[in-house]
Amino acid sequence: MGADLCHLSIGELGALLREKKVSASEVLEAHLKRVETLDPKVGAFLHVNAEQAMAQARHAQELLDGGRGVTALTGIPVGIKDVIVMDGTPSTAASRILSAFKGTYDATVVRKLHAAGAVCFGKLNMDEFAMGSSTENSSVKKTLNPWDLDCVPGGSSGGSAAAVAAGFCPVSIGSDTGGSIRQPAAFCGVVGLKPTYGRVSRFGVIAFASSLDQLGPFARTVADAAHLLEFMSGFDDLDSTSVDRPVPNYAAAADRGVKGLRLGVPKEYFIDGMDAEVEAAVRGALAELEKQGAKLVEVSLPHTKYAVATYYIVATAEASSNLARYDGVRFGHRAKDPKDIFDLYVRSRGEGFGPEVKRRIMLGTFCLSSGYYDAYYRKAQQLRWLIRQDFLEAFKTCDAIVSPVTPTAAFRFGEKAADPIQMYLSDIFTISCNLAGLPGVSVPCGFTSKSLPVGLQVLARHFAEETLVQVGGAYERATDWHKRRPAL
Amino acid sequence: MKLDAAHVRKIAQLARLSVTDAETEALLVHMNRMLDYVAQLSEVDTSKVPPLEHAVEMDTPLRDDEPVRKFDASRGLENAPAAELNMFRVPKVVE
Repeated sequence: MGADLCHLSIGELGALLREKKVSASEVLEAHLKRVETLDPKVGAFLHVNAEQAMAQARHAQELLDGGRGVTALTGIPVGIKDVIVMDGTPSTAASRILSAFKGTYDATVVRKLHAAGAVCFGKLNMDEFAMGSSTENSSVKKTLNPWDLDCVPGGSSGGSAAAVAAGFCPVSIGSDTGGSIRQPAAFCGVVGLKPTYGRVSRFGVIAFASSLDQLGPFARTVADAAHLLEFMSGFDDLDSTSVDRPVPNYAAAADRGVKGLRLGVPKEYFIDGMDAEVEAAVRGALAELEKQGAKLVEVSLPHTKYAVATYYIVATAEASSNLARYDGVRFGHRAKDPKDIFDLYVRSRGEGFGPEVKRRIMLGTFCLSSGYYDAYYRKAQQLRWLIRQDFLEAFKTCDAIVSPVTPTAAFRFGEKAADPIQMYLSDIFTISCNLAGLPGVSVPCGFTSKSLPVGLQVLARHFAEETLVQVGGAYERATDWHKRRPAL
Repeated sequence: MKLDAAHVRKIAQLARLSVTDAETEALLVHMNRMLDYVAQLSEVDTSKVPPLEHAVEMDTPLRDDEPVRKFDASRGLENAPAAELNMFRVPKVVE
């Protein structure tokens, strides 16, 4: 079987595992082999914990052999973004300051995946501390877009998206603070879902901006993403923002169809400067959903133009506070021969953080500093209230909002790296969702003439992830974009 | 708001970040561009708008006030840059 196992959905893999046509170890070995052969070209993985993973695969096989405690994830290899802590495994957030750091416990999401019998088998590249939109800010290496090795995979979860697109793992986990799951999913032609704020525990996740960060799944189909989400979700008393609500069977919503569903099309999301091929692909997707019985309604999100500015105040302020913990005292890089404690702090941090992280710490520190707090941080929080209000108004007349994920398809290395503001503006359609705490998904909806994938974004009300699965599932059934594979 | 190099050095000190002269120059350009960019927020009258602190309404659940031991000190020290006598070691703090 070998390489063939690397292009199946978890539904298909799970059936083979349960019917004993293949063992969990064989599934893992096939993926490890593919990573070994092809990841030198892509650069998705920072670390492969093969030994631990083989032990997990043997445990999964025992469950399968015993026929007890078997779930949709039992024996399924899952790639993990390096922002998530795993016991005994390097967990670095792709930062120099954590280059020697090993997890001393499992993040809740990893613990839940283990409990479901999943095989967590590697740490995936990302922008340092999840700050970036191209994975070019990784302190370790570049990740290349499997569809075009001259292009970025998106970011910050670039490794998670590229790994699924390249067949290195059927599903993976990423984090999304301003679009870091949906944007790389769109660039790499896979499904990426950001759940409602509070849906998935962040215990054991290296924090960037705590009022925005949320974990979510990457997959090659909407149903696979839904399966993974179900096992990731749920209340956790170790995360004070975790919400205690029942977890539905998300995958069941994939077959519901969209007849009678009202889909809001925000006029502010179809803007000048959007790539014509991206717009055409997204308009085509909307027409397909309409054909299936959905009703398209125009909605307005009038504060959209302020979202990027609002985000970069809120996110940098929170980042400057969160990253204060990297002080060279208890963990992380420590500068050599400090002359006093202040010297230890400033040099450890100065040596350990990369340029984008420093830019954000500096801006955030300024926005929170005495005399500027009201003009910047408080003002941004007020704008955030208005941005959220826009969505609450829009959801009075529609059940979901549909839009492009990004204004362009994947860009080339270096194209935006020289101008941080241009990089930030590429997140214009994904950022508002985090500010409002809403769930959102990116679903493949076509290709440009250069064979680069395009993503359709669907946003829904708080805790209405089922609506995302419903719309994405209906669209996916009618199209075969998600079946295309990059040639590596 | 327009920052100068002295502002940048002051902010770096608040952030406990060593910055070289070249970094100070680059940060000055970047931060002033960002402050220009975010200045657009002042167009919006927010005098009657509350600040949004929680995007999703949630309560703060309290657990019973009982000690829970999650971690041994030895595990907590596994990533310590310097440790001695089961404690973190740092340069002298008080003269």
